[in-house]
Amino acid sequence: MNNSIDVLTLFLFNIILVNIPLLYGTVGEIVIEKAGSLNLGVEGTMAVGAIFGYLAGCAANSLVVGLLVAFLAAGLCGLLFAVLTVSFQANQNVTGITITTFGLGLYFFVGKGMGDNWPAMVEHSALVEGFAPLNIPGLSSIPVLGKALFSHNILVYLGIAIAVAVWWYLSCTMTGLKLRSVGENPGAADSVGVNITRYKYIHLVLGSGIMGLGGFYMALNMSGSFEGSNCWINGYGWIAVALVIFANWNPVMAILGTLVFGFFNTLQIYAGALAGAFPNALSWLNAVPPHLFKALPFLITAIVLIVSSIRAKEGSGQPAALGLNYFREER
Amino acid sequence: MKKFLAMILAGVMALSLAACGPKDAPEGSASSNPPAGSTPVADDDFKVGAIYITSQSDVAGYTFQHHTGITTAMKNLGLDVDKQLLVVDNVKDDDDTAIANAIDTLAGQGADIIFGISFGYIDAMADKAEEYPEIIFSHGTGFKANDTNFNNYFGRIYQARYLTGVAAGLKSLEMGNNYIGYVAAWNTEYAETCSGINAFTLGAQSANPDAVVHVNKISTWGDENLERQAAQALVDTYNVGVIAQHCDSAQPQLVAAENNIFGCGYNSDMTEQAPNNHLTAAIWHWDVYYQTAIQAAMDCAGDASKFVEKMGGNAYYAGLAENFVDASPLNTIVAAPNTEEIMDAVRELIVSGDWDVFSGVKLSYKVGDDGKVEIIKTDADLKDNQGNVIVAAGEGSVEDGVIKGSMNYNVEGVDAPQA
Repeated sequence: MNNSIDVLTLFLFNIILVNIPLLYGTVGEIVIEKAGSLNLGVEGTMAVGAIFGYLAGCAANSLVVGLLVAFLAAGLCGLLFAVLTVSFQANQNVTGITITTFGLGLYFFVGKGMGDNWPAMVEHSALVEGFAPLNIPGLSSIPVLGKALFSHNILVYLGIAIAVAVWWYLSCTMTGLKLRSVGENPGAADSVGVNITRYKYIHLVLGSGIMGLGGFYMALNMSGSFEGSNCWINGYGWIAVALVIFANWNPVMAILGTLVFGFFNTLQIYAGALAGAFPNALSWLNAVPPHLFKALPFLITAIVLIVSSIRAKEGSGQPAALGLNYFREER
Repeated sequence: MKKFLAMILAGVMALSLAACGPKDAPEGSASSNPPAGSTPVADDDFKVGAIYITSQSDVAGYTFQHHTGITTAMKNLGLDVDKQLLVVDNVKDDDDTAIANAIDTLAGQGADIIFGISFGYIDAMADKAEEYPEIIFSHGTGFKANDTNFNNYFGRIYQARYLTGVAAGLKSLEMGNNYIGYVAAWNTEYAETCSGINAFTLGAQSANPDAVVHVNKISTWGDENLERQAAQALVDTYNVGVIAQHCDSAQPQLVAAENNIFGCGYNSDMTEQAPNNHLTAAIWHWDVYYQTAIQAAMDCAGDASKFVEKMGGNAYYAGLAENFVDASPLNTIVAAPNTEEIMDAVRELIVSGDWDVFSGVKLSYKVGDDGKVEIIKTDADLKDNQGNVIVAAGEGSVEDGVIKGSMNYNVEGVDAPQA
């Protein structure tokens, strides 16, 4: 058995390493929901970003190409969603679920179609190196926290940077303000000259693209190993939908939400290890049924929902026009 | 609030949809071939039906292994897979209606024998075997049967696990690291999983008496992401030198490769995924059973009730001796010296029927200067990891029923959280 502190450190390290895709998915969904659209296609959008990003990243042996293609491929899913719900006024819930089914189908179709030509990540040095941990000088030598927080790969920091940037964009810029007005009251926004259709299109594509980056992250974290019966995303997209509510539509809160959800996700796997490392304090972990760890984050989300609906209306970050299609003639 | 409710409801609905997401792969479903136009020779009319938990177009995993087994068996018997195999894909094993529908579909298409590969098909198959006495039903991993047209089949995979345990034990001895990790779908919840863990541990201890097997359980049959995390957690916690697995994906082997340690796979030879780290995998040769069963079914010549008799009983339970299970070819580049010779000697011993894994006799090995392996048998109690004696020293193996059904403990040397 390793030193107890090492086990704890690696547990904290893995919470971030494994669960950062949730942050990408959540931030992407927040951008979309702030524009007043509810896109339930996160899972499928991430899957599409993942597989095309990974294949392109391998083909070009470049992390940047992988990221770009993941963003674009997922962005196309967002464009499809926008065409259906903004231009053709289709029901958003149904369209979102369709995008998920379509995205997963496309993922398996492409993956199985590759057959024996599937590229192995180990043979593509740029991806392996791009996903390798970066040690931040000084910070990474702090005990426990150095390893847990400051020894991650670049995509972890990119995810956090995107979350902060989106927060800044939404709350500190004029375009962000207009975007929020589209989500709150598109009729009013329209009347002061905000182009609703353009705003929705741009942000649906942008948000979906961010989700795609999360999918690409998952592909790399799974060493790009394609198995025909299981998708890399495996439910993370759905958790992201719940996390949006948990984070109260705030991208910076989404970082916290990712850590909370991630904590329970990873605890499920580390429960035995932690119980062994701290036999006096944590041996009770062994007695907890593992499925409780899976359920707890959602229980917390339910509590957040109840609390936020009891609290004054202005406390909620939910856009007032969320999920409603905007049709100008019905204003 | 209503909106929230609607959203959550939609989310829940969507989740249940997502659960069948991978099964919505667009490759299409069954190969439903019109029987018209085939020449009227008996074997040409024979139709094999199969019900799969995922898709026949999978490229790896449980369904893939069974589909490969069935098609190989049919080719060996000279049957035409394109015309004579009927498949229903993506039948969830907790949905009795879907299973019953799948069976009705295959019956309607004229299947003579129907294989169901997932444990959960058990009740629906038992019912339908009574409804269609003219069709043969054969259920994988189950325990029900009816003495006439319905049997079950499974294999002594624990024997193969013992062999892979020997390879892992020898490697741990060579590395000087007694800690071995094991990523398990489940542990004592199912005899299938805990007998595998136990057999692997006994194999490892036969080579390295100090070996300890640390089990990390993911509590689901398939989740690549958890499989990866569980393997990494074993490295993080115990610095294990070898990682074995009872789960579908090769993620534990990839984790072994990333950490420059070694591994033993399951279900397929995972040397392809981890060429410098994978030692050997416990594998199934499903075609061995399928060939036997299809041959027996054709021999019934229309009288399905004779099937169980022709198969020699309600339960088909074969092992190394029948070549139904085995360890995949050893990756000699990375295995410890003499591993292959020792594994061969143990395989020979098990095949001879003189010794079996869960008995009161322990094995150890001596390799002479000439490279000849001597197996040393020592009488010793087989104990569980709570200290209870399961089999007294010198006694024979536990009953098959224990290995297949009632085993719910870990042997000495297994370190697993007691739930």
